[in-house]
Amino acid sequence: MKLPSSTRRNFTAGLLGSTSFWIYGGHKVWADALQSESSRPYQPQYFTSEEWRFLNAACARIFPADAHGPDGAVLGAPEFIDRQMNTPYGHGELWYMSGPFRSGAPNLGYQLSLPPRDLYRQSIEAANAYARQLKGQRFDELEPSDQIALLKTFEQGKMMLGAVPAHTFFEQLRQNTLEGVFSDPLYGGNKGLAGWMLLGFPGARADFMDWVNQKGAPYPFGPVSISGETA
Amino acid sequence: MCAKKVDAVVIGAGWAGSILAKELTEAGLSVVMLERGDERATAVEGDYPTSIDELRGAIRHRLFQNMSKSTVTIRNTLDQEALPYRRLAAFLPGEGVGGAGLHWSGVHFRVAPDDLALRTNVVARYGKSFIPEGMNLQDYGVTYEELEPFFDKAEKVFGTSGEPYTINGKVVGKGNRFAPDRSDAFPLPAMGDVYSASLFRTAAASVGYHPYALPAANASAQYTNPYGAQMGPCNFCGYCSGYDCYMYSKASPNVNILPALRQDSKFTLITKAHVLKVNLDADRKKATGVTYLDLRTQKQVELDADLVIISAFQFHNVHLMLLSGIGQPYDPKQNTGTVGRNFVYQTITTSRAWLSPKQYTNLFVGAGGAGVAIDDFNSMNFDHGPLGFVGGSPVWVNQAGVKPIAAAVGGPGGKAPTWGEGYKDAMVDTYRHSLTIDAHGSNMAYRDVYLDLDPTYTNAYGQPLLRMTFNWKENDIRMNQYVVGKIEPVIKAMGATRYSLGMLKDGEVFDTRRYQTTHLGGGAVMGTDPKTSCVNRYLQSWDISNVFVIGASAFPQGMGYNPTGMVAALAYWAAYHIRTTYLKNPGPMVQA
Ligand SMILES: Cc1cc2nc3c(=O)[nH]c(=O)nc-3n(C[C@H](O)[C@H](O)[C@H](O)COP(=O)(O)OP(=O)(O)OC[C@H]3O[C@@H](n4cnc5c(N)ncnc54)[C@H](O)[C@@H]3O)c2cc1C
Ligand code: SF4
Repeated sequence: MKLPSSTRRNFTAGLLGSTSFWIYGGHKVWADALQSESSRPYQPQYFTSEEWRFLNAACARIFPADAHGPDGAVLGAPEFIDRQMNTPYGHGELWYMSGPFRSGAPNLGYQLSLPPRDLYRQSIEAANAYARQLKGQRFDELEPSDQIALLKTFEQGKMMLGAVPAHTFFEQLRQNTLEGVFSDPLYGGNKGLAGWMLLGFPGARADFMDWVNQKGAPYPFGPVSISGETA
Repeated sequence: MCAKKVDAVVIGAGWAGSILAKELTEAGLSVVMLERGDERATAVEGDYPTSIDELRGAIRHRLFQNMSKSTVTIRNTLDQEALPYRRLAAFLPGEGVGGAGLHWSGVHFRVAPDDLALRTNVVARYGKSFIPEGMNLQDYGVTYEELEPFFDKAEKVFGTSGEPYTINGKVVGKGNRFAPDRSDAFPLPAMGDVYSASLFRTAAASVGYHPYALPAANASAQYTNPYGAQMGPCNFCGYCSGYDCYMYSKASPNVNILPALRQDSKFTLITKAHVLKVNLDADRKKATGVTYLDLRTQKQVELDADLVIISAFQFHNVHLMLLSGIGQPYDPKQNTGTVGRNFVYQTITTSRAWLSPKQYTNLFVGAGGAGVAIDDFNSMNFDHGPLGFVGGSPVWVNQAGVKPIAAAVGGPGGKAPTWGEGYKDAMVDTYRHSLTIDAHGSNMAYRDVYLDLDPTYTNAYGQPLLRMTFNWKENDIRMNQYVVGKIEPVIKAMGATRYSLGMLKDGEVFDTRRYQTTHLGGGAVMGTDPKTSCVNRYLQSWDISNVFVIGASAFPQGMGYNPTGMVAALAYWAAYHIRTTYLKNPGPMVQA
């Protein structure tokens, strides 16, 4: 990685809680570093430890590890979501939240009185209860294949999770997970800019004067974050 | 408060308001412009690199309307209960100085002249019975020739990049051969074609269509406009739509008009001033000014004015008229009244083509207004006779800079999964090797599609929300399906490895959860008959002659083109007639 040493130090410190030698190498080593990073010290500020375990499992299933790289939990999506819960967004302050709250046709959009933080709280509890009832274990304790099956059930939306239609919760979770993977690392996700590397998105470069039309050639430069982190 | 009485008050600091404020101060009036949102300066909002932040910008809607204070309610049919539009999605109204003009994309069209007299033209060509039952097809009451000088003026103010076809009747370039004649060239040459747009250009021409560069209010070169405002050359950073341009390359009221206005001692801009209503005199014949809520002090302020300009954006214009009692509210059952009548939108669907793994479309490269389009199926440029619908769509590749969150949440398209196994593979292929083609079309006005006040929900100031009754109709669905069908040969000619066509389905209902466009129109339409229009051809209220209502609210039906070029031209047109006629002899400029 072509990082000035100070940036690199900040980056690795933010990522792992300490500077580490294996970040020096190429992309592959760095991906391994991310993989082995499960012991990182981020402590959820909003979610309880049970909710936190749910989120980590769910983010990893929604954005799974594969040949392309690590899963959504490793990339910091749970941290991102946790941090979002304490923003105006998490408190529902970006939404019109005056009553009466009535249910209606799905195409008329979200009609619950719950801001995201309450939606997560209620739905995760109900999802774990459902998992226990079905399989005798919390969601995060299930085999990944069972977790995927449950998420599919939620996605199909034929059931409620507490006061929340399962589909609504699933979509919230899917959207926030992907936001975490693909937003600027400023917000706690997209660790090592891995989300952007996957897509070939150059981040905050935002100057393509010479790349308006290169007749289909791939853009050659890696991403840069707002804070100057590169990959 | 600096003045208790001014010559003119302008509601809203977007394009329409800024144009009117500039023109009226030039005419020597003292002008106060009231804006409910914050002050916004490109040096702050557009600061690099903090503005290059998708989460904060287009995803959490930093520059958009604060929904917690006010929204609209929406229902599809008259017998439904309308529910609040709680989260921004389908359309994205602006707030703060510059309005939606700060975070728009910059596609800057004139008008298809046939659209200005659509009713007359359809009847002349196909007969009255061609118009479907329940469709309120109308003319604007103004001609392209009358508006031409104002389109020209707006382009010069916006620093618009484009390629002409004819100037003063002579073919001069390779621009849009369906575009109306011009009195002058664009102030700047057309923006370059990104790779995807260049493929579309070649393929569209090969199947016999007539591709042209989209006219863009993104500066293709350094530019100084007639007000002395300066723009830098656009670098295709891709952060137009939803953002403030850090390069000063995208036209906005903030960059192109307000720097000149702010220097004028007759002009005052008051931010965080939410106008609650226009005040009328005892016999409700004249406006006396406005009442606004000072959001800093939470105190109501009355401001008297001889002239009131309502330029708060299409549906806010209608909302303010209804709250103030200007004109008669439309009643769809009795078919009486005009305020809220002919509420329209725009149809838009997106098709996708995947190219070979060797072809990188670099979707993040782009400018909001740039691209290549065809007009072969827009307006009345093709024969509707055998097709049996009214309207049309331009079709284009408008690669405006696709950001990763929007791409990832939207999903890879086609039949690919939107999460889990197989998602990443498909997403990588889509993001690196695909391109999109939009059919961006008209939407006609219907008797049971309209705006009124909601009976249940209120804004943070205790006023009833505006209620939208809106649905897609068969005419427009069939139009969209027809035009999308015409995209298929282009995609094949491009050598796509696979593709998916996006079109409205039969009976599809309007879905508030998916972004379509912010090209809402009508509700306070212009025209020549006070029974079917709210404002006359100078955008002057038929009922209260010292009130002018400026914006896309004046469009009798939704057109295929993006609206802002037309909004700006109408604003200059109205201002010209206020300056040359109204101010000399205030009163109705057209007798009802
Ligand atoms: C993401 C996006 C992309 C777009 N791209 C294009 C494009 O490429 N081409 C195109 O032609 N159009 C585009 N548009 C549409 C374009 O932005 C609008 O047509 C244009 O801004 C309308 O100008 P306006 O002055 O009528 O309203 P606005 O620009 O919205 O200004 C209205 C102002 O009035 C204020 N206001 C409202 N109510 C009150 C009140 N009660 N009291 C005080 N102030 C009030 C608002 O806060 C706002 O600042 C786009 C819009 C969006 C959101
Ligand atoms: S693409 Fe061009 S006009 Fe748009 S924000 Fe970037 S530099 Fe500005």
